[in-house]
Amino acid sequence: AAGMFLRLLSDIQWRAAHPKWRRMTGSQRSTSTTAEPHPLSLPAQAQVVICGGGIVGTSVAYHLSKMGFKDIVLLEQGRLAAGTTRFCAGIVSTARPMSIELKMAHYSNKLYQQLEQETGVQTGYMKTGSISLAQTQDRLISLKRIASSLNVMGIPCEIISPKKVSQLHPLINIHDLVGAMYVPEDALVSSANVSLALATAASRNGVQIHERTSVSHVTIQKGRVTGVETDRGRIQCEYFVNCAGQWAYELGHSGEEPVHIPVHACEHFYLLTHPLQEPLSSSLPTIVDPDGRIYIRNWQGGILSGGFEKNPKPLFTEGRNQLEIQNLQEDWDHFGPLLSALLRRMPGLEALQIKQLVNCPESFTPDMRCIMGESPTARGYFVLAGMNSAGISYGGGAGKYLAEWIVNGYPSENVWPLDLKRFGTLQSSRTFLRHRVMEVMPLMYDLKVPRWDFQTGRQLRTSPLYDRLDAQGARWMEKHGFERVKYFVPPGSDLLDLDHSKTFYKPDWFDIVGAEVKCCKEAVCVIDMSSFTKFEISSTGDQALENLQYLFSNDLDVPVGHVVHTGMLNEQGGYENDCSIARLSKRSFFMISPTDQQVHCWAWLKNHLPDDSNLVLEDVTWKYTALNLIGPRAVDVLSELSYAPMTAEHFPSLFCKEMSVGYANGIRVMSITHTGEPGFVLYIPIEYALHVYNEVMNMGQKYGIRNAGYYALRSLRIEKFFAFWGQDLDAFTTPMECGREFQVKLDKGMEFLGQEVLLEQKQNGVYKRFTMFILEDHDTDMDLWPWWGEPIFRNGRYVGKTTSSAYSYTLERHVCLGFVHHFDEQTGEELVVTTDFINQGEYEIDIAGQRFQAKAKLYPFSSLFAQRRRKDDMELSGYQRE
Amino acid sequence: FYLTPPQVNSILKANEYSFKVPEFDGKNVSSVLGFDSNQLPANAPIEDRRSAATCLQTRGMLLGVFDGHAGCACAQAVSERLFYYIAVSLLPHETLLEIENAVESGRALLPILQWHKHPNDYFSKEASKLYFNSLRTYWQELIDLNSGETTDVREALINAFKRLDNDISLEAQVGDPNSFLNYLVLRVAFSGSTACVAHVDGVDLHVANTGDSRAMLGVQEEDGSWSAVTLSYDHNAQNEHEVERVKMEHPKSEEKSLVKQDRLLGLLMPFRAFGDVKFKWSIELQKRVVESGPDQLNDNEYTKFIPPNYYTPPYLTAEPEVIHHRLRPQDKFLVLATDGLWETMHRQDVARIVGEYLTGVHHQQPIAVGGYKVTLGQMHGLLTERRARISSVFEDQNAATHLIRHAVGNNEFGTVDHERLSKMLSLPEELARMYRDDITIIVVQFNSHVIGAYQNEE
Repeated sequence: AAGMFLRLLSDIQWRAAHPKWRRMTGSQRSTSTTAEPHPLSLPAQAQVVICGGGIVGTSVAYHLSKMGFKDIVLLEQGRLAAGTTRFCAGIVSTARPMSIELKMAHYSNKLYQQLEQETGVQTGYMKTGSISLAQTQDRLISLKRIASSLNVMGIPCEIISPKKVSQLHPLINIHDLVGAMYVPEDALVSSANVSLALATAASRNGVQIHERTSVSHVTIQKGRVTGVETDRGRIQCEYFVNCAGQWAYELGHSGEEPVHIPVHACEHFYLLTHPLQEPLSSSLPTIVDPDGRIYIRNWQGGILSGGFEKNPKPLFTEGRNQLEIQNLQEDWDHFGPLLSALLRRMPGLEALQIKQLVNCPESFTPDMRCIMGESPTARGYFVLAGMNSAGISYGGGAGKYLAEWIVNGYPSENVWPLDLKRFGTLQSSRTFLRHRVMEVMPLMYDLKVPRWDFQTGRQLRTSPLYDRLDAQGARWMEKHGFERVKYFVPPGSDLLDLDHSKTFYKPDWFDIVGAEVKCCKEAVCVIDMSSFTKFEISSTGDQALENLQYLFSNDLDVPVGHVVHTGMLNEQGGYENDCSIARLSKRSFFMISPTDQQVHCWAWLKNHLPDDSNLVLEDVTWKYTALNLIGPRAVDVLSELSYAPMTAEHFPSLFCKEMSVGYANGIRVMSITHTGEPGFVLYIPIEYALHVYNEVMNMGQKYGIRNAGYYALRSLRIEKFFAFWGQDLDAFTTPMECGREFQVKLDKGMEFLGQEVLLEQKQNGVYKRFTMFILEDHDTDMDLWPWWGEPIFRNGRYVGKTTSSAYSYTLERHVCLGFVHHFDEQTGEELVVTTDFINQGEYEIDIAGQRFQAKAKLYPFSSLFAQRRRKDDMELSGYQRE
Repeated sequence: FYLTPPQVNSILKANEYSFKVPEFDGKNVSSVLGFDSNQLPANAPIEDRRSAATCLQTRGMLLGVFDGHAGCACAQAVSERLFYYIAVSLLPHETLLEIENAVESGRALLPILQWHKHPNDYFSKEASKLYFNSLRTYWQELIDLNSGETTDVREALINAFKRLDNDISLEAQVGDPNSFLNYLVLRVAFSGSTACVAHVDGVDLHVANTGDSRAMLGVQEEDGSWSAVTLSYDHNAQNEHEVERVKMEHPKSEEKSLVKQDRLLGLLMPFRAFGDVKFKWSIELQKRVVESGPDQLNDNEYTKFIPPNYYTPPYLTAEPEVIHHRLRPQDKFLVLATDGLWETMHRQDVARIVGEYLTGVHHQQPIAVGGYKVTLGQMHGLLTERRARISSVFEDQNAATHLIRHAVGNNEFGTVDHERLSKMLSLPEELARMYRDDITIIVVQFNSHVIGAYQNEE
């Protein structure tokens, strides 16, 4: 079936484009060393080898060559733009919920628009606009949230009435619609031709393109890419870029040292029809009907309509398989529900004649976001794959970011949400991927409400206390494969089932988490925080200290037993990681980082630490269970269990000591809680976990101890203005920009990464400022809740977006955290953000188009610390020093 | 008056039961994936019984269907007791000793069987002590007889069948001081039951059959199609060998009267059965037991009635015929069913329907548009119709239920006709038996991977 479509849809375009492209490359390079399919031999070496000639690979080649890389080879096993790229629907849609995805799609759109002019290759670019339909109020809310972010990006976008929909598209049945979102600048392209145009331009810039050349594997030596083995010989190279689409996983595993790229293919179906009696205009907007799970675009006077069904058909689980390729047939029974949705949306199409049902495999990733970046284990091995059926929308922008990454060492935007290093080997199981993509594909069009979570591939990493907590009513969420408690449902109380608990408004667990927060404030709670990444760094001499002093901004030369909060900064002073480091001895350190840092932080340290056998880095995440005892009575529980005085005189804040708890010895106790509340974290060797937990719960009974979950923790930390890496902090945020100058020791007597930029910022000021917003006229019961990514307005002008939010049970208000920029009113240029600028503004937060007044604060409420037990509470004092 | 599809479903599903062999049980990964079973009554109360159990002291799994006649008492007793007799027959000498010692010293007994029962499959509490004593006597004899040889499954099955029938007969002759039990053992002995039992251990499948229930193997051919292999012989008038056997066992003078109207002595359809002492005991014994028995028995015309031409009892035996089959990877499932199923469906159809159900293939050719002119509306109509047609497949989570749906509801085209199904299921009790018999089905699904691995080992 795939072959059939190839002839049907694209042959004419292919023939038109291909000779042109070949001719042009020929004229460009008179020696004609490229582009002839076979006679040419491969070069023996190149700087960059790109594998994959689809939209992604050609976009990477295009951007790399534009950025000045000259020595680039692109290898394609078949012919250019002949895989998924050829079959994709060619819709360029910017309506994306995530900021980075939105930026990629926006850039792609602008790129494709001028591509025909730049290259002379017809791309079929047509600005049709797109209309996303809402059949329910909740869907409309989610569209309004997207519209808010599009608008502040300067992308025209409008929420429109059903009546307006029928004016824009006469065929649509609007009777079940409550509204829609119109994005007038969205476009259609011929995706294969866009890819060929990119290849043409790349080729003109010197990229060598070889078709019918398969990469068998990539050779890696001493953790660096050294070359590529193909069926036509070997190419030595410095960089390899895996753009192999649905084959990326297999290619990653083909070498001796596997590179784990978690993608898995699913069959994807769309329908082509003959033209209508009165052929449809090629400028008619594309329709997306997520509640009906379908999209509909005009196609050669007829329509092209596909969708994301509830019961996807994963394939190639066991790798490339000739039988499965041959079996890629039109499955009408499978397409039935989507056809029903189509005819319900456009009843007038009943008499339209079918041309073909196309079956085109698409690759999906475990979290619905594409995968880009460098392998954590093989330097120079880059990946860009897993487009989740949005290859055309993202291809341009993603190719640009990846090219920047290779050329400059880092892309120009924060791409952590797409970074390959957000995954580890644990997401690389084929069973996991198969199950997860079956959930991901329908999710493309499912309504996504705050705090939604994946349901498949769960219970992979668990704490030894999992069963105990589960039996006590724990409700779970997952981070990096680790099950973490959201909250505990008290016995006898009933929560809504999963589907009914989906809401943009006040959630059903509101009072449950409120009770947990209250207990943290007044008594003591236990939160299992075992998922956090834990490393130990030790050396025979002073190497550990010396190297860490260079890699971390705070001063780590503290007395043994002290804990230091510090950023792990890049050269631009941005947070690669935010962690707590305890000095265990003169020569060894214990480092706690966020859960999803396990791969990234490891790779960063490996890349930056010298290759010295006397310096040992060990991942001890799995060795310890972490129990966070939060609350004023934590001290009582712990001192009773250890027969050791735990008061501030004996155990000051930010202190670490090994002690016994119950019968168990060697428990690493730290006086931090990650919330600003008093308490301790216990790092317990896992075989003692159950014992210590039981002891703590038994002893804690008289102090009113109870279990709590991450939602309570989150509420506590946000009302205390604590930033979390991955949520609020990223590689583009410096400590100066988030009020953490106190965690930077510019004068610690030695150089450290990012120091220059920080010094510069200290002198000249910062261009964005982490700010806390208290919503003023927001009704918790009736109004939409903030989530993250809401635009912030200052005196009516857009100044930034929120990064996280939570309800503060203490303030009885919503708190949003976010960054405020200062854009020049005339030029839009970014100016320095001063304290006065923050303080002298009237702020509003835009939640799905509705603006709420907010009070901006640069420091947390001191009233929240009134109950503070210890005068020398260093964990908090930092904030008040400024 | 029609039953709605949900009503039909609730009737069909009332007795369904499924068992999946735990997948990671660590010890020996079973050649059986699990089984589905179900029964649909025509008699009120139903006279069929079914049993399934895992042997705990030896390897293997036991499954059986029992078709009772002249009441359900015998089928009930056999369904409760037969597997214990088989399990005991299979036990090695040491285990028997251990069990006997445990009973002797009042210690807890090793569990012999793990039952897989539908909640409606009951065990008689009152008779358990009596049944246990008989069983104990049996194993004590086995201990005394200790031959020192390893137990052959075929022999064990034959011995167990014969021994249980013997015990049923003896218990009725001896009687019981408890009047309820006394009446019970007599009812068991005077009613009858067929038995078709499968024992699966690795690739060794033994089927022991007494009577006219049937075991059938579903085999998937290389081209994906399904065929049936029968693993039992029906013991009835249609089986020449069986007629031959009966005639051999009695004087030539009786040749004409032995089988009349396809029935044994003109009365009994199955030629082998448990119970049915009216075809086994001498006339004197029957008279003595009936006369000394309780009034209910004495007043019963059936029990007092002596079969005509009754000269040289016994005319009936419970001895089974045992067929051994080594499972191959293409053997996908085993169907055990009472004659209620086989009367309405050809075994080839049974193989196909179950095979396609289990593999999820609905033998509907995929639609291809090809060069035809098809509109969206036409395609939509076609797909809607196809969905409706296959929905009955998705309604069933149980292969046995699916088979019953076909057995009762199939029209002349071999597809389920809801109207017909509804009619058949809404027949009044007194009429139901005229249109259909009790149906009891067990579908055992085999684990081809494990079976393949066994083969490769050899």
